[in-house]
Amino acid sequence: MPDDGTVLTTTGSLAGAEVLPVCGRDLVVARDGRRLVDSANLALDQPGVTALMGPNGAGKSLLLRLLAGLIAPDQGAVTWAGTVPDRMRASRVGLVFHRPVMLRRTGLANVAFALKVAGIPRAQRHDRALEALASGGLEHLAASPARVLSGGEQQRLALVRALAPEPQALLLDEPTANLDPVSTLAIEELIVRSAKTGMRILLVTHDPAQAQRLADRIAFMHAGQVEAPVSADTFFNDPASARARAFIAGRLVL
Amino acid sequence: MDDLSGAFAQAFRLIVGFDPDLLEIVVLSLQVSLSAVILAGLIGLPAGAAVSVTRFPGRAVVIAVMNAMMGLPPVVAGLAVYLMLSRAGPLGDWGLLYTPSAMVIAQTVLVAPIIAALTRQAIEDLHGDYDEQLRAFGIGRSGMIATLLWEARVGLFTVLLAGFGRAVSEVGAVIMVGGNIDHVTRVMTTAIALETSKGALDLALGLGIVLLVIVLGVNALAGLLRMGVAGRAHA
Ligand SMILES: Nc1ncnc2c1ncn2[C@@H]1O[C@H](COP(=O)(O)OP(=O)(O)OP(=O)(O)O)[C@@H](O)[C@H]1O
Ligand SMILES: [Mg+2]
Repeated sequence: MPDDGTVLTTTGSLAGAEVLPVCGRDLVVARDGRRLVDSANLALDQPGVTALMGPNGAGKSLLLRLLAGLIAPDQGAVTWAGTVPDRMRASRVGLVFHRPVMLRRTGLANVAFALKVAGIPRAQRHDRALEALASGGLEHLAASPARVLSGGEQQRLALVRALAPEPQALLLDEPTANLDPVSTLAIEELIVRSAKTGMRILLVTHDPAQAQRLADRIAFMHAGQVEAPVSADTFFNDPASARARAFIAGRLVL
Repeated sequence: MDDLSGAFAQAFRLIVGFDPDLLEIVVLSLQVSLSAVILAGLIGLPAGAAVSVTRFPGRAVVIAVMNAMMGLPPVVAGLAVYLMLSRAGPLGDWGLLYTPSAMVIAQTVLVAPIIAALTRQAIEDLHGDYDEQLRAFGIGRSGMIATLLWEARVGLFTVLLAGFGRAVSEVGAVIMVGGNIDHVTRVMTTAIALETSKGALDLALGLGIVLLVIVLGVNALAGLLRMGVAGRAHA
């Protein structure tokens, strides 16, 4: 059985690997004759936090996976710094799934794994993983087996794990959906702090208050289509479309 | 009846007295079967994992063949290896026929498909859960395979144990390519068959007991590990 320390190839320093802006143009994903993503446009071309809101089934999670290069669009194109996504730069675009998958190892080893795949030399991994855990207030989970942590703990660990390789862009799919108020606050602080370092963050959330607290701009997605991002004030007080207005008033379902 | 209880008593005496003949046979058996399982693991684990994470034309056929090969009759495996290694065969120059190496090869041929097929199943289940998460990290094909093998390590160890149990207890393949030569290629199963046919029940019984203990022990260990895995299904 392969020893986990020897098999993965490292890619060396990724300092020169640009991914910004992360850009999706005219994206279409069609399944069984349904357009799940329908000519969607969204670009992380400005610093800060962009919130993506919209009803269940709008296609938000699909759009995140498209932008992360995990699935290929049927039409349109995703580009990172102008070229199609490739594996060598994947660690520069972080993605935290709605239901993150923890590896069967400790919290620390989960973070170290992400660093290893990102090409961080072995000698630095342990210290950087510890730092990352500490920055998220998760030192106490360093030695715990990650898969027996609570759902909320796993979600926080997943965010820390995604932040550790210092991605240029970070895609977050409802990162606080299962969290208690204290953990929610911890995650929001981490998001704000990361955004201040220049990281570009796309945040899917169903929580209007959270969007108002964190987002520099808000994009509305409905039935596979994305409306152009507007400021939080505009979004909540003077929404651009009738659908967005209905959504904010709690009257829109897909 | 007296004969039988006498043979049992003698068999126990052979075992607890570490009879050199018995010991030699047991040690050779373990050497051959352990080597075969290690080789079969080196082939079967990555092969099975590679099939589970790769989509290619004819994949369904490959999987069907892998599964079918799990039921390969030992004598057929023995025959195939015999034909390869016999003087007229393509590998005849190696001069391996009737050596322990030939027996290792035959058991490897027998066990590698079992390990590959069971690995394919185990890894495919995991792959569904892990694929996008690992690709989001930026992992490549070989890294994916290595990581999934490591994540499935406990289950895969039970697969290796099952392979070992199969190898150490089969007789058809080793007798064809090993020849059951005293002090050279005589292993537990072939010795039991021979000694029994000669009426030398004490050595046959002694070896039978040792073999039984080994196989039951291996299966019990595999069962315990599986229970442990099931008990921590979420872990
Ligand atoms: N692989 C797939 N095959 C077929 N349909 C899919 C697939 N993946 C997603 N869908 C469908 O696409 C639509 C959008 O799914 P998506 O998960 O992106 O929604 P969402 O906006 O994230 O919703 P939520 O707010 O509930 O998380 C849904 O109707 C879903 O059933
Ligand atoms: Mg979703």
